[in-house]
Amino acid sequence: MSDPGNLAYTLHVNGAPHDVRDAWVGESLLFVLRERLGLMGSKGACEQGECGSCSVLVDGNLVCSCLVLAAGAVGQDIVTIEGISPGAPSDVQQAFVDAGAVQCGFCTPGLVMAAHSLLDRSPDPSELEIREELSGNICRCTGYGRIIDAVQRVAVARRSAS
Amino acid sequence: MSVLTGTVTGERVAAGRLGESAVRPDGLAKVQGSFEFSGDLSADGFLWGATLRSPHPYARIVRIDVSAAWNVVGVEAVITADDVPGVATYGLIDQDQPVFASQYVRFVGEPVAAVAADHPDTCRRALDAIVVEYEVLEPLVDPERAVDGSHAPIHPAGNVFRHQRIVRGDQTLQGAVVVEGTYELGMQDQAFLGLEAALAVPDPGGAGVELHVATQWLHEDRKQIAACLGLADEEVRLVLGGVGGAFGAREDISLQVHTCLLALRTSRPVRMAYSRHESFLGHVHRHPCRIWMRHHADADGKLQRVEARFVFDGGAYASTSSAVLVNGITHAQGPYHCENATVDGWAVRTNNLPCGAMRGFGVVQACFAHEAQMDKLAAAVGVDPLEIRLRNAMRTGDHLITGQVVESVAPVERLIRELAEMPLPSEPVGGHDLDPMRLPGGAGRTADVTDVVRGIGWAVSIKNLMYSEGFDDYSTARVRLADGVATVKFATAEVGQGFVTLAGQIARTVLGVDDVVLDRIDTQVGSAGSTSASRQTWMSGGAVDGACRLVRERLFEHVAAQHDLDAVQLAIDGTDVIDTVGTLRLPVAEATAGLVIDETFEHHHRPTEDLDENGQGNCHTAFAFAAHRAVVDVDPVLGLVKVVQVATVQDVGRALNPLSVTGQIEGGIAQGVGLAVMEEIIQVGGHVKNASFTDYLLPTFLDMPDVVIGLVEEPEPQAPLGAKGVGEPPTVSSTPAVVAAIRDAIGKDLVRVPVRPTDIVFG
Amino acid sequence: MSVLVPTSLDGALQALADHPDATVLAGGTDLMVEFNGGHRRPSDVVVVNRVPELCTWRHDPATSTLRIGAAVTYAEIESEPIATWVPALAQAARTVGSPQIRHAATIGGNVGTCSPAGDGLPVLAALDALVELTSAAGVRTVPFAEFMVGPKRTTRAAGELITAVTVPVLDGWQGYTKVGVRNAMVIATASVAFAVSNADRRVALALGSVGPTILRCPEAEAFAAEHADFAAGRLAADAVAACSELVRDTARPIDDHRSSADYRRHAVGVLAGRLLRRAFPHE
Repeated sequence: MSDPGNLAYTLHVNGAPHDVRDAWVGESLLFVLRERLGLMGSKGACEQGECGSCSVLVDGNLVCSCLVLAAGAVGQDIVTIEGISPGAPSDVQQAFVDAGAVQCGFCTPGLVMAAHSLLDRSPDPSELEIREELSGNICRCTGYGRIIDAVQRVAVARRSAS
Repeated sequence: MSVLTGTVTGERVAAGRLGESAVRPDGLAKVQGSFEFSGDLSADGFLWGATLRSPHPYARIVRIDVSAAWNVVGVEAVITADDVPGVATYGLIDQDQPVFASQYVRFVGEPVAAVAADHPDTCRRALDAIVVEYEVLEPLVDPERAVDGSHAPIHPAGNVFRHQRIVRGDQTLQGAVVVEGTYELGMQDQAFLGLEAALAVPDPGGAGVELHVATQWLHEDRKQIAACLGLADEEVRLVLGGVGGAFGAREDISLQVHTCLLALRTSRPVRMAYSRHESFLGHVHRHPCRIWMRHHADADGKLQRVEARFVFDGGAYASTSSAVLVNGITHAQGPYHCENATVDGWAVRTNNLPCGAMRGFGVVQACFAHEAQMDKLAAAVGVDPLEIRLRNAMRTGDHLITGQVVESVAPVERLIRELAEMPLPSEPVGGHDLDPMRLPGGAGRTADVTDVVRGIGWAVSIKNLMYSEGFDDYSTARVRLADGVATVKFATAEVGQGFVTLAGQIARTVLGVDDVVLDRIDTQVGSAGSTSASRQTWMSGGAVDGACRLVRERLFEHVAAQHDLDAVQLAIDGTDVIDTVGTLRLPVAEATAGLVIDETFEHHHRPTEDLDENGQGNCHTAFAFAAHRAVVDVDPVLGLVKVVQVATVQDVGRALNPLSVTGQIEGGIAQGVGLAVMEEIIQVGGHVKNASFTDYLLPTFLDMPDVVIGLVEEPEPQAPLGAKGVGEPPTVSSTPAVVAAIRDAIGKDLVRVPVRPTDIVFG
Repeated sequence: MSVLVPTSLDGALQALADHPDATVLAGGTDLMVEFNGGHRRPSDVVVVNRVPELCTWRHDPATSTLRIGAAVTYAEIESEPIATWVPALAQAARTVGSPQIRHAATIGGNVGTCSPAGDGLPVLAALDALVELTSAAGVRTVPFAEFMVGPKRTTRAAGELITAVTVPVLDGWQGYTKVGVRNAMVIATASVAFAVSNADRRVALALGSVGPTILRCPEAEAFAAEHADFAAGRLAADAVAACSELVRDTARPIDDHRSSADYRRHAVGVLAGRLLRRAFPHE
């Protein structure tokens, strides 16, 4: 590109190394995932960390990828919606579909990541806990009720399976 | 009444017919992140587009110098008003909004120029390099000055979009009981998550362009885009890119013409995407409104006359302001019986942000006022809020104040009675060990249980469905049945509401097939009208149903001919064609072997009329009703509110997909709660103070109340599937119910939304 | 322009010395917002949240202090064991943004940005926290009250890196309250931090979002200490009211699009009164 876009680095995404070339220093991880690595699943709705649509896991922590400097994420283990359950949908993903937790779907990838993170940390969450752990994800379509239901369905199913 | 409860162990309905909670066909792609929203689309060799916007609410453009922008390496095009080949302006009703401002800018954020370049940062630097010299003018920001004519016109067409009166019955009647108030609503934003984005691909070697865009009405967009590009409609092809919510904000053109122009200029595909800040400035908003009302009733509280004055601030350009005005004033009486009315309504132009459609479309404003008035009336007469509404409840056969007879199912009394039976939430109990999330203030730990007071409030609404005032609204669908597979094509914009789910349910039910394929949503089929006005289930559902019925008719003719029967004897049973008076049973797949049936159907609703100068006329198509109860916990000393529960009973005609209905109700209530307690675009002198999610606050998981839902299913005879639209009513009466609950908790009047802590503490 | 990701404190200091105009980046929750919005153009960037020395904390029972590395996140501060040592800071951490923000946002970044609305800052002010600054020239510590000198203005010198914040582990009741119009991802309209030291028979009250800096309330603190029975957990109702009044008089709030000065002044008085009542439940 025009302005010195000369950064080159490697990111570890969904279990595989990805080379980034000719990048500009100010690019967020969200931008690089989408526009340089073709992983369009993470969405940008605010670029301020106020909506959670861009949520990914970095070294196991749920973060907003719009607030991660891509070139600073070298050496970290990044998991996106494309990598949370490659191939077949996870129980969380299936529950979202079954429970009516998806309308326009723009918040959905970020919410799936957040739900996975929540249930991995807290397998038997109370409703208040679900609300607090998902409070960084905005949904404008559903009013949240069916999403809470989806998470509860997964928690119940996992408990009875174990 | 059926009561929907959230289930923890539900059954998945894989395919599903009408009446079942079928899951979305695009759900899997959405949860896996592979569903393509318009911002996810790309093409080889594309350029990024970006827009330069006015920093002033009102100014004359002295000169624009783009030369420095052309010199930024990586820039391929810079365009302004001079580069618009066709009509310079666009608009849904009046075409008064410039593609690019040329002589004047009339709102902060008005587009002045656009660039195409190789990287978003190049675009940013190119925009910074464009020099625009403005002569800053004093903006018109008080809509009353547009009404009284004391401000010079800020546009050649003047400062009034529309003035409409409603005059009915006795104009001098004074009630035994009179209550009045002045109410105000701030500007709400639709705040869909899927930011404006488009991909324009110019025809190689041709004059035309294909635009992939998230929008609400493909054909209306195309009409305006083609006119501005100076092209024929056929040369502009629109394809619906995945839509991340709409709620009215995509009815007006935003980036469509700009993206196409840049693509045609550069002969390369162009992607344009708005930032959140830009999105706040770049689309229309809900009209701020000031409403004075005076209700006259007899000693028993029976409404006799409504007086009202509405002023809607439409901002800089016309958009749909005149229609929003008519919706608002024609609903001034609410879902109540009232014979006499004197209403004066204005929609005016100011240098504030342009306003247009948002879920509720003028009726949100009217309902906030009329429900506050009904509570005042209840207090004046000495009855409770439910009793006053029961005494006045509208019925099928009653008139609106426009003289129109309400022919729709109108179960207002039933809604109220069933709502009153809904369970109330328990009160928070505990000491300092109580989870702060149970109290207003949440993790901020501002309150203890003893600081909190509970309040309960009620509101009931009437909302028109579909379009009004003589508009010949219709929707088109094409259905093709071959080898047991039905393919459905429509231009109905799926914005998240679930029409794609319903379309499959209709086809499966009518045609007896399990396999339904939805074709791409684009302008290669007739118009489906707008995804708005709670109209698509009725109109596009009617179109798909109509096309399927035509296909089924042809199928029956074919089977009848083959088996020497009369076609009227045949029916669909499960996935078979059967002879209802004989023994023939034939799988649909077999019956259609080697056969291709292809039918297109246009569904129109019955005609509506204009309003005369007294606001009389059958201007609306049909109506839906909803009742809401809100329970809030308030910390009156700090003015913080927790909305604990919203219960609702809604008149839906028929729940064609109960899960989708639940989704629309819960989502609509979330937007109503937002308007009640936290959402407002704040403008000072025409400048926007909070064009970001940092300070434009949407309800989060921690702010959303529990929702309890009851449905009244009395099939609507006018509706093709018996179902009424369900999207808007939840937003219309949830806001006034929440505010009524806060009033109940604090014992003070509140006349403005969103209610702020300062209103509660110092009001 | 380059992005440097040092993996030791020495490496970080060297990077800063080599690139004196570099921007320091930890969690990115403030800085990336500016980059994304085009309000700030990045120069060289030195990423510091991969420096192990900055990512740890140490409790010293002998001095009863907790030294928190600058890159420790608010998610960690919200959790054990820090929540037990410094409950008010953990309570403040819980109000920071969202879970996503808390996994990235660092105490060093909060201190470095130094907004009067920074959620952790009133607690640090109430606890008389020490800010540790390290440069090629050495290490110095500055009391928080001397570190923050205005809205987003600090006494950090060029070439200095915030490396730790040290707070006392006190023996008395402490708490943090924050007024926001919604329950997550909200900037404080007004906030109050309160801490009791039974051993010293002192209280500390610090106010956020009501002045150009975090404000301590020396008169209110002195009044409360004088009238409180620390052993019995008792403070008379009229003393609580008087303290609230003194707190209101200390506040220097402004009107802005989030709230009014009158409301903010009122709110900190109310919050201070409620915190005092929680700390001294008996009248």
